[in-house]
Amino acid sequence: MEMTRLDFLKKAWRTGLVLFGGASFEVVSGSALLAADGKPSGRRMAMAIDIRACVKDAGCVKCISACHRGHNVPVIPDAKRAITWIWKDTIDRAMPGVLDPYSGADLRGANTLLLCNQCANPPCVRVCPTGATWKREDGIVMMDQHRCIGCRYCMAACPYGSRSFNWGDPRRYLDKGSVARDYPTRTKGTVEKCEFCAERVDRGLGPLCAGACAEKAILFGDLNAPGSAVRKALAGRIALRRKPELGTDPSVYYLL
Amino acid sequence: MIEKVFHGSRRYWLLLLVLGALIATGIFFYLRQTSEGLAVTGMSRSVSWGLYIAQFTFFVGVAASAVTVVLPYYLHDYKAFGKITILGEFLAVSSVIMCLLFIFVDLGQPFRILHVILYPSPTSPMFWDTVVLFIYLVLNLVIGWTVLTAEYRGTPPPSWVKPLIILSIPWAISIHTVTAFLYAGLPGRHLWLSAITAARFLASAFSSGPALLIILCRVARRYTDFDPGEKPERALGLFITYAFSAHIFFILLEVFTAFYSGIPSHRASLERLFWGWGDPASLTPFMWLSMMLAAAALFLLYTPARRRDAGLLIASIAVFASVWIEKGLGFVVGGFNPDPMEYVPAYRPTVPESFITAGVWATGLYILALLFKITAAVRARSSE
Repeated sequence: MEMTRLDFLKKAWRTGLVLFGGASFEVVSGSALLAADGKPSGRRMAMAIDIRACVKDAGCVKCISACHRGHNVPVIPDAKRAITWIWKDTIDRAMPGVLDPYSGADLRGANTLLLCNQCANPPCVRVCPTGATWKREDGIVMMDQHRCIGCRYCMAACPYGSRSFNWGDPRRYLDKGSVARDYPTRTKGTVEKCEFCAERVDRGLGPLCAGACAEKAILFGDLNAPGSAVRKALAGRIALRRKPELGTDPSVYYLL
Repeated sequence: MIEKVFHGSRRYWLLLLVLGALIATGIFFYLRQTSEGLAVTGMSRSVSWGLYIAQFTFFVGVAASAVTVVLPYYLHDYKAFGKITILGEFLAVSSVIMCLLFIFVDLGQPFRILHVILYPSPTSPMFWDTVVLFIYLVLNLVIGWTVLTAEYRGTPPPSWVKPLIILSIPWAISIHTVTAFLYAGLPGRHLWLSAITAARFLASAFSSGPALLIILCRVARRYTDFDPGEKPERALGLFITYAFSAHIFFILLEVFTAFYSGIPSHRASLERLFWGWGDPASLTPFMWLSMMLAAAALFLLYTPARRRDAGLLIASIAVFASVWIEKGLGFVVGGFNPDPMEYVPAYRPTVPESFITAGVWATGLYILALLFKITAAVRARSSE
């Protein structure tokens, strides 16, 4: 059978779809954040945690309570089922193998802050089957509470344990009197995590945790802006990131 | 043809009654889970997938193993499998239904399951797994039903079914490969992050699946008019011997790389699984039971005189149980232990979780019983 003009057009259209589909895959996979010359375009929000300033007050949980109260994070007594957006654990657990038995005696056994690393190459976003977790143009990894089906694949994919699942109804553990009116509460069966206070970043404000820290141990800003607080802090210090060998490119830095 | 399900012996009805009761119990506990949330299970922040997803993984393997009878029969014209290819395809049908149910009961928001289709995400292996599993289900249902209908009418199967059968062969490999990719591409989960994960899955599937088929053939032989004969069993027994050896070999390869390299993160999960490192309440006894069953199975399978009759049945049960523990529990839970913060929390399925799992099993067996019943009735009629 001879190919008619219509057949040719149909075929060309389909071929075009396939080629275009390939190109859009690039966009979806995130490489579009780089401009043509390979330099970053736009903002990339990042955090630097000054470990030594933070350890000064070992019992301090000001940043944690500010975050959890401001975002209606329930206080669940069962640690196995807890919801944590920002929490404390030892430096050795946060960055296994970094500390040795001889150097930095003051940091051994000391706690540091843990939260979502807002990775530039987030495995959680890659694996999500519904697009319920995604990365904004400024690098913040977001959660759509209405899209999430609660499959918890993102929790398996996150190499930092930074995601929490609502095993039961979180509202049962909220103190009715002190629910923050300007932030939504969540329902059971979905995953949640720190979102770098995206709702505040959009209003030109810094995250709640940074604002609550008396020691000014939490610095926040645009990693692509040389004059930002984060860039200035990083310039004069040595900083570590959690599990950099995994290629996730975290946006949370730990200043030594 | 479908009316055959309404005519059965007393034993057949009793089986359906027992399975129905188990399904009802499962639904009862599932309703509790929907109202209280997944808090009724033993899962936690650290071990965020448990029995449901592990069983899902195991039954994708059973579903894929239909290829072990379909391929020799249709590509190599191995006639002895003629009697059991439909059984293999129907086993695949009920296994895939179980897989989809296991995914469903694991979801925190099950009524949003259509989001997977509404918002297709090509970067997610879970999206692809849903797609390939669903197509595999349709393929096997259409193939099995069409071939059986032709047999019922005493006509050769329609010619359009042959390309579907050929397609179902690579498709079977694909479902289990994609399921392995759910795990094998995750950074930081060292038990899973292995290039041979898909190969391991296929080897364990091609040993546990045919083992189940042998057990089912024995059941058919004993309790129904349909006798598949000894020849297909013998061939499957040989197949299991090779596939199960490969499965054990692959586990040993993982052990070598982890321990000879000495990299702590690679060793940790295996140490936890087999030596209970960090916490005595681990899966250690189950893992060693799995290994002992494997040793017993290999002993039986490697002596040809024992690879028949009772010996083959015992070996099949041992293979099935060994893989069920290793893959249907250990592999998934082991990957979460230690967790990213190097804690080693214990995981034990709870009572509701176990009954929901049993309910899904019963649903699969119920569907399988109906499909096998129709097949046996058609076969009994055509041999008259």
